[in-house]
Amino acid sequence: MWEGIEDERQTGHDAVSRAQVLQTTDEAVAGIEDGSTVLVGGFGLAGMPFDLIDALIRQGAKDLTIVSNNAGNGDVGLAALLKAGQVKKVICSFPRQSDSWVFDDLYRSGKIELELVPQGNLAERMRAAGAGIGAFYCPTGVGTPLAEGKETREIDGHSYVLEYPIKGDYAVISAYQADPLGNVVYRKTARNFGPVMATAARTTIVQVTEVVPVGTLDPEAVVTPSIFVDRIVKVEARSYTVQGAR
Amino acid sequence: MTEPTIERLAVENTDRGPLTTDELAAVIGRDIPAGAYVNLGIGQPTKIADYLPTGEDGNPTCILHTENGMLGMGPAARGDEIDPDLTNAGKVPVTELPGASYFHHADSFAMMRGGHLDVCVLGAYQVAANGDLANWHTGKPDDIPAVGGAMDLAIGAKDVYVMMTLFTKKGEAKLVQHCTYPLTGVACVSRVYTDYAVFDIQPDGVHVLATYGITLADLRDRVNVKLLG
Repeated sequence: MWEGIEDERQTGHDAVSRAQVLQTTDEAVAGIEDGSTVLVGGFGLAGMPFDLIDALIRQGAKDLTIVSNNAGNGDVGLAALLKAGQVKKVICSFPRQSDSWVFDDLYRSGKIELELVPQGNLAERMRAAGAGIGAFYCPTGVGTPLAEGKETREIDGHSYVLEYPIKGDYAVISAYQADPLGNVVYRKTARNFGPVMATAARTTIVQVTEVVPVGTLDPEAVVTPSIFVDRIVKVEARSYTVQGAR
Repeated sequence: MTEPTIERLAVENTDRGPLTTDELAAVIGRDIPAGAYVNLGIGQPTKIADYLPTGEDGNPTCILHTENGMLGMGPAARGDEIDPDLTNAGKVPVTELPGASYFHHADSFAMMRGGHLDVCVLGAYQVAANGDLANWHTGKPDDIPAVGGAMDLAIGAKDVYVMMTLFTKKGEAKLVQHCTYPLTGVACVSRVYTDYAVFDIQPDGVHVLATYGITLADLRDRVNVKLLG
């Protein structure tokens, strides 16, 4: 980690950055090993790290476990990664959508494993991983099939299910701006899982529309503090498909 | 938040047919208290947004929460307003109202589980007389299950309202003694708004608050649940 001190990780500031600002998305996803658990940001297409996923397809890591809210939309982003045959398991809350045909085919033909997790549990299990929590009792899902086989407990007259953290080897997320230290801000509802995933992975990789000088971001408004970010890459702003536009 | 309305007498509107989706959305909209924090889920209940009571500025008197990280959600975006970074839980582009805020998913669901959200409105396959809700999975083996935020909303919001047709296409009542579909939440529904009647689920049983195009007697005939007036 500290080999960075000898690199030229210039921040335009005295602080030496642990985070790397990389020139290409290929460099940003370098080293993602076969069998890794990768947390992928986004809610549908909002906040989906398209460029990093495209790079991951070129990089070719296989047998990945993907943790994301959905299991891909259309033929782009996460759906393209699934289509490339690089994913063995998806942990998500809402795989079935009108445009999830890539996942649907893989699932129905038994080529991909699914762990279905209520959306709030998905977020909280990653939050727990990032916060060093061993497990937590959660009221969501009590008495439903998604709690079957899990430990339950009565606390103060209410029932809870024991849920374990979801830790990522890598988090791959999209944000609006970052500074070279790794402070990150997001845009609108594209924030979604990004800040939680950034805390829950060993290595957090962020694509941003803009890299701004250290000291530019309002410290009061930084959403993901630099300590959670390892790699930053600037990508071109893209106009991507908007579902349901009218 | 919501005042108990149990003392409200059952309203029999036998002279009008079952409600359209828009009429039903309007009925629910009228029952959303000013100042409430409200989640309208995805699909049909999002129509309620068009029928919320509004203040002098023309904006709703309640504040809409969307699970993907926003309070103060405005109406659907049109034309130049469309921003791919600003969508609702159904991934439809929306707008923001003055006073809006954005937050990440763990905070968004803390608002539900932590008991901060006043009302949510969800669709349903079935609701049981004790308030059990089934709305995420048909249980059929070839069906790909998807749960999204339904389970978190069901146990989290202070009041869980259901918006649904009272009968399936085959004519079976969806208000049942016991759910046969897999459950989303246990004893969590407080109010059921349907095209034929509005039901209030109370500790002493299911009360009928209003009927539309059906008499109470006919309703009792077609719904296999003990219905109190």
